[in-house]
Amino acid sequence: MSKREKQAIGQQILAAFRAAGAEEVAPDLLLPAETLLDLYGEDIRARAYVTQDPIRGEMMLRPDFTVPVVQMHMANGAEPARYCYLGEVFRKQDHGETRPEHPRDNEYLQAGFELFARDPEADAEVFALFHHILAPLRLQASMGDMDLLMDAVRALPLSGARRAALLHHIWRPHRFAKALARFAAPAEPREFPESAAPWTGLRSPAEMQARIDRLRSDAAEAPLPPQWVERLERLFAIEAPAPEALRQLRALAAEIPDIAEAVDRLERNLAALSARGIDVGAIHFDASHGRHTMEYYDGMTFSFAAAGRADWPPVASGGRYDALAAVLGQAQGRSIPAVGGIIRPGLVHELGGIG
Amino acid sequence: MIRLGVPSKGRLMEQCFDWFAARGVTLSRAGSDREYAGRVDGADNVALVLLSAGEIPRELMAGRIHLGVTGTDLIREKLAGWRSHVEELAPMGFGHADLILAVPACWSDCETLDDFATIARDFRAEHGFRLRIATKYHRLVRAWLSAEEVADYQLVDSQGATEGTVANLTAEAIADITSSGETLRANHLKIIGEEPILRSQATLLRSRAAGDEAEVRDFAARLGL
Repeated sequence: MSKREKQAIGQQILAAFRAAGAEEVAPDLLLPAETLLDLYGEDIRARAYVTQDPIRGEMMLRPDFTVPVVQMHMANGAEPARYCYLGEVFRKQDHGETRPEHPRDNEYLQAGFELFARDPEADAEVFALFHHILAPLRLQASMGDMDLLMDAVRALPLSGARRAALLHHIWRPHRFAKALARFAAPAEPREFPESAAPWTGLRSPAEMQARIDRLRSDAAEAPLPPQWVERLERLFAIEAPAPEALRQLRALAAEIPDIAEAVDRLERNLAALSARGIDVGAIHFDASHGRHTMEYYDGMTFSFAAAGRADWPPVASGGRYDALAAVLGQAQGRSIPAVGGIIRPGLVHELGGIG
Repeated sequence: MIRLGVPSKGRLMEQCFDWFAARGVTLSRAGSDREYAGRVDGADNVALVLLSAGEIPRELMAGRIHLGVTGTDLIREKLAGWRSHVEELAPMGFGHADLILAVPACWSDCETLDDFATIARDFRAEHGFRLRIATKYHRLVRAWLSAEEVADYQLVDSQGATEGTVANLTAEAIADITSSGETLRANHLKIIGEEPILRSQATLLRSRAAGDEAEVRDFAARLGL
């Protein structure tokens, strides 16, 4: 498959994004590594190409567009704003013990669209745009909503510290499950024998004391009643065609009233999609969809996957990332809700193009 | 001719020579002990190549040596997809060392990796940057912490004197190889978690790229493998 063919498909997608009102932007290929590392952590170092510049310090070959586009918007964008882009991203593949027979591309095209707006229809606008562009490929659309999960966690009758721990680990299923199990059992008393070793390192005795105090007060907490664990597990397991999932969520909201608002929002979102001509019955809703994506999605998440290509990444994916936009806007004192996504023109081409 | 790569120095080289001698093959340095050429007695189709232990993984991968002796830690750290490049023929029973995660011994609230994960989260909130782990085993440590779902940390490179980085305030924790734990204790550090990140020992490995498999297997059979 030639680069020119992929580029041509990318340009088609870009034209559709521009027709939807987006301004085309062209972020740099080399990005300062610091911001990306701070946001994504060590995982990104394993996947991104990092290089050294004698003056600018550590630089990264663009591993995704979201961060530079958000930064560009925060620096000088008016609102609401729609941006689109087409270009290469670079990802290392660090295979574990065995080299795969067909390693994935480490350099591929992404065409993307990002919307910064306070409009309640923003989710529907982005999802519908991707849906329409990809319609000829008959992909399986999936949707999730991190907001639902986070509201459910916030609703648990737990101390602030315990709730914060669960929210922090919501993208790390094992750690989350472990913490939940611990909170559901009677706390085990724990001793903190003072060490004879001299103090060393940057973490201060006061920081340690604060954690010990927290653990001691935590030990006095009543265990989380089992029905709450069970409700949470039921919510996380909801997976059905969107209208059916909505019915199940509505029923669950009778037991977890705090998710009612997020369920209402999902209902409005689905209604807005129907109004835009989309058969919502064909959308697969998976409550845990966003737990398997990048940590920065905190609202609707979506992906479009090719049937029978289980070894492929999604042809398109995206979601809402208000918290990430808030973090990146801090320097400018700006914050704006943001939602967006990307399409991989290379995969679209392999599926025969979009005509 | 089978090319056998063996560490060129110190205790590891001697133990290696002993291991082969016990199996009827005498390895020795040719000429003075400053010369990195070797002799093999007891097998006439084998040539000895003395190399730095750290270079043996690369030489095996490239197929420039058929057999090589090095630590499991170095193979796994230096060769992505190592099973596709080398076959482990025999653990050799020496050069034992564990790759471990260690924190200041004064952290009396840190016994397990769960504690560590929480401390890393608190540290990041308090200091505005991720808790630093000094190591030279970047890939192994990152893969292990990722599998254990620990976030909120960063790796800082340390190619030596790693135990000193905590007192020098350039790291909050270290991940390094230890056998007795003495250096850790001397630097007021303690190991956390029940299982090490990796248990390493000297291992005889076969290069897949070097070919001549029948000849290499014959030689392995003579060693009783």
